[in-house]
Amino acid sequence: MAELNLNRVEMPRQDPKKRGKNFNEVALGYSLEQAKEEASRCIQCKKRNCVAGCPVEVDIPDFIQAIREGNMPEAVRILKSKNALPGICGRVCPQETQCESTCTLAKKGAPIAIGRLERFVADWERGNMPAQSTPPRPKASGKPSGRKVAVVGSGPAGLTAAADLARLGHGVTIFEALHVAGGVLMYGIPEFRLPKEIVQAEVDFVASLGVKIELDSVVGKLATLDEILASGYDAVFLGTGAGLPMFLNIEGENLNGIYSANEFLTRVNLMKAYKFPEYDTPVKIGKRVGVIGGGNVAMDSARCALRLGADDVYIIYRRSEVELPARREEVENAREEGIQFKLLANPKRFLGNEQNWVTGAECYKMELGEPDDSGRRRPVVKKGSEFVIDLDEVIVALGTRPNPLISSTTVGLETTKYGTVVADGETGKTVKDKVWAGGDIVTGSATVISAMGAGKRAAKSIDEYLRG
Amino acid sequence: MYKILEREDLVPGIHLFKIEAPAVAQKARAGQFVVVRIDEKGERIPLTIADWDKNEGTVTIVFMEVGATTARLALLKEGDAIADFVGPLGVPAEIDKYGTVVCVAGGVGTAVVAPIARALKEAGNKIFTILGTRSKDLLFWEDVLSGVSDRMIVTTDDGSYGRKGVVTEPLKELLGSGEKIDRVVAIGPVVMMKFCSLTTAPSGVKTVVSLNPIMVDGTGMCGCCRVSVGGETKFACVDGPDFDGHKVDWDLLAARQRIYLDEEKCAYDEWQKSHS
Repeated sequence: MAELNLNRVEMPRQDPKKRGKNFNEVALGYSLEQAKEEASRCIQCKKRNCVAGCPVEVDIPDFIQAIREGNMPEAVRILKSKNALPGICGRVCPQETQCESTCTLAKKGAPIAIGRLERFVADWERGNMPAQSTPPRPKASGKPSGRKVAVVGSGPAGLTAAADLARLGHGVTIFEALHVAGGVLMYGIPEFRLPKEIVQAEVDFVASLGVKIELDSVVGKLATLDEILASGYDAVFLGTGAGLPMFLNIEGENLNGIYSANEFLTRVNLMKAYKFPEYDTPVKIGKRVGVIGGGNVAMDSARCALRLGADDVYIIYRRSEVELPARREEVENAREEGIQFKLLANPKRFLGNEQNWVTGAECYKMELGEPDDSGRRRPVVKKGSEFVIDLDEVIVALGTRPNPLISSTTVGLETTKYGTVVADGETGKTVKDKVWAGGDIVTGSATVISAMGAGKRAAKSIDEYLRG
Repeated sequence: MYKILEREDLVPGIHLFKIEAPAVAQKARAGQFVVVRIDEKGERIPLTIADWDKNEGTVTIVFMEVGATTARLALLKEGDAIADFVGPLGVPAEIDKYGTVVCVAGGVGTAVVAPIARALKEAGNKIFTILGTRSKDLLFWEDVLSGVSDRMIVTTDDGSYGRKGVVTEPLKELLGSGEKIDRVVAIGPVVMMKFCSLTTAPSGVKTVVSLNPIMVDGTGMCGCCRVSVGGETKFACVDGPDFDGHKVDWDLLAARQRIYLDEEKCAYDEWQKSHS
């Protein structure tokens, strides 16, 4: 065996000082040379553990081999035959816990940078293969089936299911409530981590496969799920995500200046409030901003607040550093940019002034007790430890739940006490006839790629049903 | 795109658009609203549905010019189109046979009350309507409301038409007149709805109000429109917009409506500069 090369090629990033003041992408991507060098480290294992670690089963060693050989169109073809959204996945997938964690070289501490290579291929295609040229389609497994499938929601689960179903020959229409397609990829994840131009390009790719996208269509209000089925659709995939923000339900939470992360990020990302007043939607710009929570959404919110001009931005999290649910990379990015971490702290109440504006958070100091159901050590209040953090803006990033708009207007859909829809773990089939579901609406808030995996599996199951 | 088929300037600063939106028209019910976005750079604003026609496939909205977005909207003409028209959103108004219902309409809220009063009339209720504006030149749809009302009282703050004074005075008189009032529907500016609710509170007559906090998506996603009702936080977009006026925290609602005063002024100034 050739000698192993354990030097991962680093990806250039914007300087932390500069990037804290702009919304341009933080990571800059590989050059062709860098990509080839990284690709050349792949040892092309017989047993493809990396593929098994990918929820959408991308033929990882094959596209890496194509990069190594400099055959970029082939790399594009291989990647997009399994993954309709590679530019997105290459940026926001937690590869370190998926394909890269199962890479043979991971044992040596230097897995192939699969995510960066995936991103490179997607970006190369956008730059080098004009959109009007025929998209690299996989062999369609069938002629037009004459069957119609409705996909509700155009986030990662819906887009993936729609793309696969269209490739399998079915007529697909996506119903999207917002004025653009992409779901959380558009309203949630900020421009500097996932440029909207890239999301739009990948949405356009899905549309190019023959998928119709109906915007401004709030299923449950405009038409119910049952009415959609009655109007001539043979199956429905529900991929409406988890869009309902959770609050702490403590004193002062309705003070002015306290946002849900969903609202804050929607204003900034979807409505482009960072360009106010050129764009009409405003967002408040605090001097001292507290973000409650420690996940990726909390990091995104904190880093947006910083870019909007806040002097001090705090992550206020009730557990310690090691339990932060955000990707390590995002925590490091945030810290580099100057986000301050107030760990083992949890708000007791928010303080406000006479004009109903928030002035601070009274927090408890916390300590870690025995592990709870999640396996993480339970945070316990230290009695008498209250302290005040002065703040003029708060962003609550505690997670989200599924929106009940559809489940509450549909007969025969089973939901859990968390509002998630009950669906088969493998196929996504719900207890309701002709209805499948996948992504955050089933699992509660999770990752882009797990939603895509669910969309893919459901598409396979729907195809079997339609052809059965 | 959603085309403006008809435009009518009801009074200075309040306009009516009839919009081509067949799918929304099929589903619209009294008390619901739409979210409108004028174009690529526009914000999403909630506007109440004033009327609809299933056969024609149209939905009518009435709006008041209060800031940059509504001022921009007011520049559009028949034949123009708006980028987004999302709905029907919110829970429809409760319509049942209650007996005698007093409908109180204030300002642009008149357009919100109209379809509710009509539906209540069709359900067999006796309708007393109190319509209040600042002055005669801001009065509209007196005829529309008269058409569905058994009794009609118009008030103006300055006495230029109808009775001089505010709507709570005739409301109080009706409650004390010996006539059995089974329900009150009050829709208009926050301060009007607040004082109508305070007026009816001693008698305990159920008073329904329609809240209009700031919204973004209008589908329960952002929580911007949260209001406190009976001590519980509710989202006006999906739990409302109608709530029990006796339970609403009015001061909180009024405070939350002021969140973007500075930005609204900035946007309006910018807009005026570019259009002067």
